[in-house]
Amino acid sequence: MAKFRIVHYMNQFFAGIGGEDKADLPPEVHEGVMGPGVGLQAALGDEYEIAATVICGDNYFGENLDQATDAVIEMVKQYTPDVFVAGPAFNAGRYGVACGTICKAVEERLGIPVITGMYVENPGADMFRKDVIIVETKNSAASMRQTLPTLSALIKKMANKEEILGPKEEGYLERGIRVNYFAEKRGSERAVEMLVKKLKGEPYQTDLVMPVFDRVDPAPPIKDIKKAKLAVVTSGGIVPQGNPDHIESSNATRWGKYDITGMERLSAEQFTTIHGGYDRQFAMANPNVVVPLDALRELEKAGEFGELVNYFCTTTGTGTATASAAKFGTEIGKMLVEDHVDGVLLVST
Amino acid sequence: MKLELGKIFIKDIQFGSKTYVENGVLYVNKEEVEALVLEDDKLSGCHLEIARPGESVRITPVKDVIEPRVKVSGGGEIFPGVIGKVSPTVGSGRTHALEGCCVVTVGKIVGFQEGVIDMSGPAAAYCPFSKTCNLCVVMEPNGELETHVYEKAARMAGLKVASFIGQAAKELTPDEVVTYETKPIFEQAAQYPNLPKVGYIHMLQSQGLLHDTYYYGVDAKQIVPTVMYPTEIMDGAIVSGNCVAPCDKVTTYHHFHNPVIEDCYKHHGKDINFMGVILTNENVFLADKERHSDMVAKLCQWMGLDGVLITEEGYGNPDTDLMMNCHKVEKAGTKVVLITDEFPGKDGKSQSLADTCKEADALASCGQGNATLQFPAMEHVIGTQDFIEMQIGGWAGCVNPDGSFEAELQIIIASTIANGFNHLAARGY
Repeated sequence: MAKFRIVHYMNQFFAGIGGEDKADLPPEVHEGVMGPGVGLQAALGDEYEIAATVICGDNYFGENLDQATDAVIEMVKQYTPDVFVAGPAFNAGRYGVACGTICKAVEERLGIPVITGMYVENPGADMFRKDVIIVETKNSAASMRQTLPTLSALIKKMANKEEILGPKEEGYLERGIRVNYFAEKRGSERAVEMLVKKLKGEPYQTDLVMPVFDRVDPAPPIKDIKKAKLAVVTSGGIVPQGNPDHIESSNATRWGKYDITGMERLSAEQFTTIHGGYDRQFAMANPNVVVPLDALRELEKAGEFGELVNYFCTTTGTGTATASAAKFGTEIGKMLVEDHVDGVLLVST
Repeated sequence: MKLELGKIFIKDIQFGSKTYVENGVLYVNKEEVEALVLEDDKLSGCHLEIARPGESVRITPVKDVIEPRVKVSGGGEIFPGVIGKVSPTVGSGRTHALEGCCVVTVGKIVGFQEGVIDMSGPAAAYCPFSKTCNLCVVMEPNGELETHVYEKAARMAGLKVASFIGQAAKELTPDEVVTYETKPIFEQAAQYPNLPKVGYIHMLQSQGLLHDTYYYGVDAKQIVPTVMYPTEIMDGAIVSGNCVAPCDKVTTYHHFHNPVIEDCYKHHGKDINFMGVILTNENVFLADKERHSDMVAKLCQWMGLDGVLITEEGYGNPDTDLMMNCHKVEKAGTKVVLITDEFPGKDGKSQSLADTCKEADALASCGQGNATLQFPAMEHVIGTQDFIEMQIGGWAGCVNPDGSFEAELQIIIASTIANGFNHLAARGY
């Protein structure tokens, strides 16, 4: 039987090339194992082969991110590995970021399962825990021996395409991915038991630790509204009839941009709403209740503001994942800046 | 208030020449029920179908699910202020329930927020109504009705049918009788003076535009927070009128079977003193949210509650009410545990809730509704699959030509219902 192939990434220090003085080393690839790869190969056993080791200096990687990533990807690709391993980086910050970056890129571009290891406080841990399985290590390389069994067990599971269980069972840092399961007791019973413990002052475990929300500071006021170029962006799901961009009625993965050049108002013949969170009857009869083009044209004519940009942007707000919403906002924002829009009317429903 | 709930276990439904129960089988006179539905001139067509657990049957688009019940003694009628007389109040005496069977209202969609019940296959594990025998009332609106007019007609039809069938339980001897009692506030507090006083803050869906709930016939948008006996709910004091996301829908069945109330009663007298229910709503206006969360906190303090459980219906906007209630109730000195479901995106990586507060440190998860599932084709569809791609949880192109489809769990009725009825939960990976 052919052995599973592994490619291992490490920095100049772990490869035994040198310390800070060699941190500018560009990526290079070596056949076979190096440094901690010896121990890893032993832990993996005969059915696995670390086919190659890719080395890159931490400073070089950090200062030439795109170039270094491309070069490493090319090196990894030629060995067609079953699993890609980086580090472990323990508490080395630059090394952790490099391990996370390269793992994410290998998985995205080559579709190969990836794994790394870090101490929980390594800056790379928070940057990449959502994207990459990061085995939890102690804060120094002295714990390599304790880390290898956990790391090798997960590599084997990945190579054999076995199910990876939860972070506690497998020993990796929680990625913050919410996964369903059927609990032994129903939710209400678990809640009552949690309340009894909370009332007694006994320890209890919540099912969901509250996330930290992004808070966006309001933009400074528009200096001269009479000259300002405005746009309408809505999460109310107003789209042309037929929903040409197939925006979902809930948990949208897309947004649309629709032309309003020369229109005095949105007509019900041309526009509708596909939003799944409210009674659409009124917005279907008059789409201007969500995208107030009629009122904006009046104000525009009266000189209350400079001009309205010749399109509006739309998506569905109901049940839409915050990651999607942030992506839409960034994309729409970039476009509006390019089109010299000074202010945006955000209409939610 | 003391209620004896007599349960008659139903293991099958059959059509018959009259409507009655014998040996655990509910016989339904089809023509009689169809005629009852068609009394409403807003509806032009109605037919009944039966769906049983394990059958290769899909029911969609589902509007509401209702268990047949009847008042036997104690005054009042089931669904007071809606089907039954509004006075006297309900919640005392004896009530009979046909447990294990449900009336399911089905028909052309009112809104996108109507879901799917699969009687077998992978989706059945997520739906409480895959395990009940369902009498499906399939309706046709009479012409192009305004959506809220059609919604009301469909809602009333379901409640009427359930009340009518419930009558068949009146003279029966129940298989099991469970007694629930909550005393007036001072007596209740005195009954278990050494146990922590616990309440339940029940947030009713009231966002409007087809997201409504009714309390003794009052639109929940119009209420201010109030206190009720838990047993009133068991007699239908609250009925669902909403088209909230299917996974989240607290059907009228779930109001009858409120799991928080059931589990609080299980712990009542053992490790908690269950004091009753504070009813509040989830209006969209900020002034309403502020006023009602203030009032909820005030009621907790006034009742001397040590702890409360809070549930919501829906997601997104009501998360704000959930967090305002949590924050203010904890600040007023009452400990809080929240029960809710999560919507972190298909990949599970986004934030689960639309709002947060630091006091929300105890939460029981009811699962995440964005996870996707394969729905196999069924031999028979009660209703229509025409709207799957537009129903919440579906998307353009999700349906295959053979009738199988992929969708988020959201599309399954009550799959992640945010009151803890199910065993589904989510954890961090």
